[in-house]
Amino acid sequence: MEAFTVLTSPALPLDRANVDTDAIIPKQYLKSIYKSGFGQYLFDDWRYLDAGDLSVPVASRRPNSEFVLNNPLHQGAKVLLARENFGCGSSREHAVWALSDHGIRCVIAPSFADIFFNNCFKNGVLPVALPAATVEALFQAVQADPRLEVTVDLAAQQVRWSKADAAFAVDPFRKDCLLRGLDEIGLTLEHADAIKVYEAQRAKTAPWLFT
Amino acid sequence: MAAKTLYDKLWDAHVVRSEADGTALLYIDRHLVHEVTSPQAFEGLREAGRTPWKRLANLAVPDHNVPTTDRAAGIADPISREQVDALDRNVKHFDVPYIPLADLRQGIVHVVGPEQGATLPGMTVVCGDSHTATHGAFGALAFGIGTSEVEHALATQCLLQKKSKAMLIRVNGVVGPGVTAKDIVLAIIGRIGTAGGNGYILEFAGEAIMALSMEGRMTVCNMAIEAGARAGLIAVDDTTLNYVKGRPLAPRAEHWEQAVAWWRTLHSDAGAQFDRVVEFDAAEIQPQVTWGTSPEMVVPVDGRVPDPGQEPDAVKRGGMEKALAYMGLKAGTPIADIAIDKVFIGSCTNARIEDLRAAAAVVRGKSKAANVRLALVVPGSGLVKQQAEQEGLDAIFKAAGFEWREPGCSMCLGMNEDRLAPGERCASTSNRNFEGRQGAGSRTHLVSPAMAAAAGIAGRFVDIRSL
Repeated sequence: MEAFTVLTSPALPLDRANVDTDAIIPKQYLKSIYKSGFGQYLFDDWRYLDAGDLSVPVASRRPNSEFVLNNPLHQGAKVLLARENFGCGSSREHAVWALSDHGIRCVIAPSFADIFFNNCFKNGVLPVALPAATVEALFQAVQADPRLEVTVDLAAQQVRWSKADAAFAVDPFRKDCLLRGLDEIGLTLEHADAIKVYEAQRAKTAPWLFT
Repeated sequence: MAAKTLYDKLWDAHVVRSEADGTALLYIDRHLVHEVTSPQAFEGLREAGRTPWKRLANLAVPDHNVPTTDRAAGIADPISREQVDALDRNVKHFDVPYIPLADLRQGIVHVVGPEQGATLPGMTVVCGDSHTATHGAFGALAFGIGTSEVEHALATQCLLQKKSKAMLIRVNGVVGPGVTAKDIVLAIIGRIGTAGGNGYILEFAGEAIMALSMEGRMTVCNMAIEAGARAGLIAVDDTTLNYVKGRPLAPRAEHWEQAVAWWRTLHSDAGAQFDRVVEFDAAEIQPQVTWGTSPEMVVPVDGRVPDPGQEPDAVKRGGMEKALAYMGLKAGTPIADIAIDKVFIGSCTNARIEDLRAAAAVVRGKSKAANVRLALVVPGSGLVKQQAEQEGLDAIFKAAGFEWREPGCSMCLGMNEDRLAPGERCASTSNRNFEGRQGAGSRTHLVSPAMAAAAGIAGRFVDIRSL
């Protein structure tokens, strides 16, 4: 996993609440058996005027110039700004893969859906929950200056822009994994003996699970 | 000893070890697998040279991409076929227990798990699918995971988890006639909102919940995720034990007695502390119909499409306006005046035998309305389909002009051919009315099976209680 330390980038302001993972990456792209290539379908229904699927080259499709992702002012943004309950709905990790493949490394919103939030940490993407008023201030700052640089500093647990800053919370364990880009499966397998001890005990209390 | 919630008991029974910040390595008893969220996980195992930690803890079945029409010719869409073929190859390579497409038991993973006894009380159950919450109906801690965690569960039989907060949702009293589990859970989501359960697990309790069959309890827990909670829970009682007993993977003989002794303790203790308690009066819950693009956008069937102008919160108002524009609806329209184009009776929410019986009871002896282009009935599994056919339900649906199909996820998300055309309006027993969920430009209204069936007959929404 790619480590996350300090990120400085313009922000993409997606002014919507309850953005669900169906909207982030629609169902037809979930048929891919690969992890990469989803960035071109990020927010597909909003981003293109015509329908697409894995067999349609995106170059042949008509972009929706009204949608914020297609606004040249926000090109190259690595920070996504959104409203409450971002990432709700389906557990599809393809949503994070699409964001990450597009270049988004950090999502800032007042709140996140639990599964999406969890999936972010497995892919080097940092979800940052800030109070709604702070997120509103960021939206306004980006509206005033679309190329405004936003800095997200994981070690310091701080978001900085213009002369403002805001602190955010993150679990120490997740923070450490992200800062160091650690492989969680490898970490867990370091505790293989503890898992075996647990299984031996459990086989006595719930033998029907171990026959 | 301090009084514990059901969640505390399930959590404590599965902690292998804990980090200093409370992150726990949680043991996973059952891992259900389907074709959409697993290929990258199996690929990861292969690349790292790993094998499943406990092969028999897994059970795989294809459901999302499968056709619901004649399957003799296989899957026509080459991309869908490749994904199901990939699952075939992966389960063979890693020797994972599998119910293939051609098996009578094949169906939606959340219908198949309980049916086979793969889901049992006291288990931790995970699957790369948010509707894994369904299995909480058995007093099991069950939640959806992403593909990285699918790989993690396969490789280690554990997941790294932080304990959630616990919310008690108590539905007191008895529901009125025509009010189902689906209406109860939609009413709950309407009150607490789609983000109301973020960071929580929800324990559903109260007379109206415990009066539900296992099918009804699964419907309620299934939609916990639509309230933002990863897991729903219901205490174990005789209803649970009667359902589980004799299932193919249920414990037998002396193991059954030992299991029941523990399972009987799987309820929240008197005096257990919850982080939040929300109470409902069952008698006040009416048949529900969603009007917007989020499950919280829901009103009783005798209500009207709400007016964004009355909403003081700007972000919410904007969301309502966008939803009305997308749904092609005007504020103030009576729900009963909304005409539909299609009906979908199916999904992991409402495709069990009881759901099909409820829909068939409404349809019996009547005909689909002329304006309804398609009314689709998709059983949740091959065994549900077989049972329904033995009861003659298929004949009732077909006589009314409804289509009787093969089991799978179908039009809940339209990864197969079953989709709505742009602008089409559907009375659907599924779980999500998101933009584009049932096909690009699709307009979904979530309802109970009886309400969907009634809408198919009337061509518009009707109050099931008036029939």
